[in-house]
Amino acid sequence: MANRVVVIGGGLAGLAATMKLAELGAPVDMISLTPVKRSHSVCAQGGINSVSDLTRQEGDNEWTHFDDTIYGGDFLQHQPPVKEMSFWAPKVIDLMDRLGVTFNRTPEGFIDRRRFGGTLYRRTAFAGATTGQQLLYALDEQVRRRESEGLVKKYEFWDFLGPMLDDNGRCVGAVAQDMVSMEIRSFPADAVVVATGGCGLVYGRSTMSVFCTGSAASRCFQAGGKYGNAEFIQVHPTAIPGADKLRLMSESARGEGGRVWVPRRPNDSRYPKDIPESERYYFLEERFPKYGNLVPRDIATRQIFNVCVNEGLSVDPTRLCVYLDLTHIPRAELDRKLGGILEIYEKFQGVDPREEPMKIFPAVHYSMGGLWVDYEKSADGGLLPGSPKNQMTNIPGLYAIGECDYQYHGANRLGANSLLSCIFSGLFSAPGIINWMKSNKSVASMSSTIFERAVAKQQDRHKALLSGNGGSENPYLIHQELGDIMTRSATVVRENTQLTEAYAKVLELQERSKRCALSDTGNWSNQNVIFTKSVQDMIPVALTILKGALQRDECRGAHFKEAFAQNSLTAEDPIERRRQAEEWCDDFEKNNKQFLKSSVATFDGTEPDVQYEDVDTSLIPPRPRLYGLVGAEVIEEVWKERSVAKSLDQPKASTSEKQLVSV
Amino acid sequence: MIAATPEVAKERRKPQKINVRILRQDAPGKPQYWERHQVDYEPDMNVISVLQKVAAQSKTSDGSAVAPVSWDCGCLEEVCGSCTMVINGRVRQSCSALVDRLLEQAPEEIELRPMNKFPVVRDLMVDRSRLFRALQRVKAWVPVDGYYDMGAGPKISRDDQERDYPLSQCMSCGCCLDACPQFTKIELQRQPNESEDDLKKRRNEAYDEGFVGPHAISQAMLFNSNPVGKNMADERLEALMAPGGIQACGNAQNCVSVCPKQIPLTTSIARAGRAVTVYALKKIFDR
Repeated sequence: MANRVVVIGGGLAGLAATMKLAELGAPVDMISLTPVKRSHSVCAQGGINSVSDLTRQEGDNEWTHFDDTIYGGDFLQHQPPVKEMSFWAPKVIDLMDRLGVTFNRTPEGFIDRRRFGGTLYRRTAFAGATTGQQLLYALDEQVRRRESEGLVKKYEFWDFLGPMLDDNGRCVGAVAQDMVSMEIRSFPADAVVVATGGCGLVYGRSTMSVFCTGSAASRCFQAGGKYGNAEFIQVHPTAIPGADKLRLMSESARGEGGRVWVPRRPNDSRYPKDIPESERYYFLEERFPKYGNLVPRDIATRQIFNVCVNEGLSVDPTRLCVYLDLTHIPRAELDRKLGGILEIYEKFQGVDPREEPMKIFPAVHYSMGGLWVDYEKSADGGLLPGSPKNQMTNIPGLYAIGECDYQYHGANRLGANSLLSCIFSGLFSAPGIINWMKSNKSVASMSSTIFERAVAKQQDRHKALLSGNGGSENPYLIHQELGDIMTRSATVVRENTQLTEAYAKVLELQERSKRCALSDTGNWSNQNVIFTKSVQDMIPVALTILKGALQRDECRGAHFKEAFAQNSLTAEDPIERRRQAEEWCDDFEKNNKQFLKSSVATFDGTEPDVQYEDVDTSLIPPRPRLYGLVGAEVIEEVWKERSVAKSLDQPKASTSEKQLVSV
Repeated sequence: MIAATPEVAKERRKPQKINVRILRQDAPGKPQYWERHQVDYEPDMNVISVLQKVAAQSKTSDGSAVAPVSWDCGCLEEVCGSCTMVINGRVRQSCSALVDRLLEQAPEEIELRPMNKFPVVRDLMVDRSRLFRALQRVKAWVPVDGYYDMGAGPKISRDDQERDYPLSQCMSCGCCLDACPQFTKIELQRQPNESEDDLKKRRNEAYDEGFVGPHAISQAMLFNSNPVGKNMADERLEALMAPGGIQACGNAQNCVSVCPKQIPLTTSIARAGRAVTVYALKKIFDR
């Protein structure tokens, strides 16, 4: 019998892995909460990044894409995987092109590109404003093709309940539950790939789909998997507030020229189009002349938050929001390049964004952190192709890819890099998984007691929930409370007293969540019990986010604590300013020594333990991110001098490394 | 503000409570029954947020405790296709069904029913596997050699992209099928001692004889116009010539009028009709 792989989750990462595994001859069982074509990747709007023939001639190259990603992520990523991804990016887009993705085209017929945040190059390929949907469909079609050939079997509307481990701690399959018949069964497998996306629902409302509870990753975490960089949660600068969901307004709106502004005068009740140019405050453009509206997301988010909360310039008296203005762009161009997202705004807000500026506010959007995964470094500083270690969690045989791993985006993700990391990690991990299976004993020969034990454990949990244990808690209300706590304490601005309180409150919720009374105790399509399990499993992730944030007394990417911010220089006098810059750089170095580390959490059944691991910064030495800081040029100058001095001090690097650094 | 006056007037009409009437069914083969629920009104609600409240309170409007209503949803922004149901008599996505609009049409209550043409799993959840099966039937994919790096695909003109992109936005929601008079329900019950795999096989055979549906015809046209996809054009046209193919279309044009993505389904059907005719003639002459 051929080695089987179980892939959990059918978004871009899960489908890419499945398709590649099938090509390499491995039969795959796909387990998904939803028909895979409906996975959350469909919500990705703006595009996917890679260097192109055109940007290359403008001075761009793979190394610059790599550097932008690392710098945008505030140096918190191990550099080899990111390097490999950046160098693979053009190949990923070529493949998606061959699979029939309807990318927008230039008049001559090439793939058109637009600019996204955190870069100065037009690297982003796009299919209208529904790029994620289009990419997902192309992969879904290929997997359907493999399904019709018999190599892929889909288990849709199945909930992954946890990995199965043998006595040596190796992952030998998964346990899952049919969400219709409620049958719980084991899926023995020689490797399990978790590709289950982000954990936005921990925050109640976010830009994420209802499936993105993080509970699948949490179940691996609770089974002994490590969880990395949990505290790094991206809050997207531009979303449309709603009662059930905060709907994303893509960065591509700014990539195509959208401008963010507020009236200079607080509480200006004039109709936006009646406010003259001179009385509008284009605060991103004014504060960040180089990047303008396309500063990285963490920066834009804090600015919008700040303008509304601290400067009182919100454009709506009843809620916090700013204008995102596209009305200066011709209608036909908007429809061609942004149609999908403008329709969403129009449909849900009842206002035509081609005529009237949109009202937007930041919302929880992406989990940079996730399951800790390994990699094997190659001689050129990238990844070793085909290594079984690539994307493997600390549980042997259990892999994590896509948004649910912690590997690619560090402290902040750049726009249009997530689709890339999902497809890349899916495709790239497949040969390594095949090699893992070749070098390990097949599970087909294993005693079935391991599988029976794992199923029995899940059946016990299921039965206990249905019987209620005399509790009276409502799981939906617990979820609401959890979302409120997390949104208040662990989003744009974080503060230690608040985080400590939040942590204690979530521990209380954990206790209460064990005493849920279900309003449905039946055994047919019981959404109530599935939801209750996912709420219970959100809590370990929530606690890890809070603890990671609490312990991290610094500002890095999406994680911002006012009390530990490195501020602008204040001195006017050049000598004093220089001295301040030296001091600034001293602080920066000192801070990096302590905090330029990934948080790596383990879970003991009740609470997470958060430890730290060094980051591989062997390819690009860390440097300060100075967006919008007063005195940035002096700090930069001091930093450059120090870097030069340091490189003279150091023994000569090996030839290959030197070549890389000089690219 | 230009719209100040009508908005104020609308504010005054906002109710405190919303009445919802839901057609429920506990399981396949069980009877359907109506149930009334009442939830608090909030600004900017959609049918999803109403159903979330219904699930959280799990109580009918006369106060009796009931199991939460089951329904399917995903992205909540009308790109995943999950949350299709029949709302006030019209098949559509429940995420984009805004409560204020529904109340403008019918202030008394909102009526929710499951889709008509698919077997009910429970309440508002239906089994739409037939819809995905149809995509296999018409081989809706590009038959690439494999997934190794082989460079870029062929150049595509802007006109071709603009023709294809709308078709590739089909999110398999099933609205077109529910509204189509030629698409009739196929519901099989499990027979005694029948395994899941055997049932699935029997079901697929039944699906493959039924009408393939406008969504699949449109996808066939999408892939037949792809420079590499068209290498399999004949196979797709064969599928459309078979029983349950294009000739089953009665030209009612309901599909295009209910499509939430305004996909030109009838244009695709017309294209498919022409292509099948040409192909059939060619087959005669080539014989």
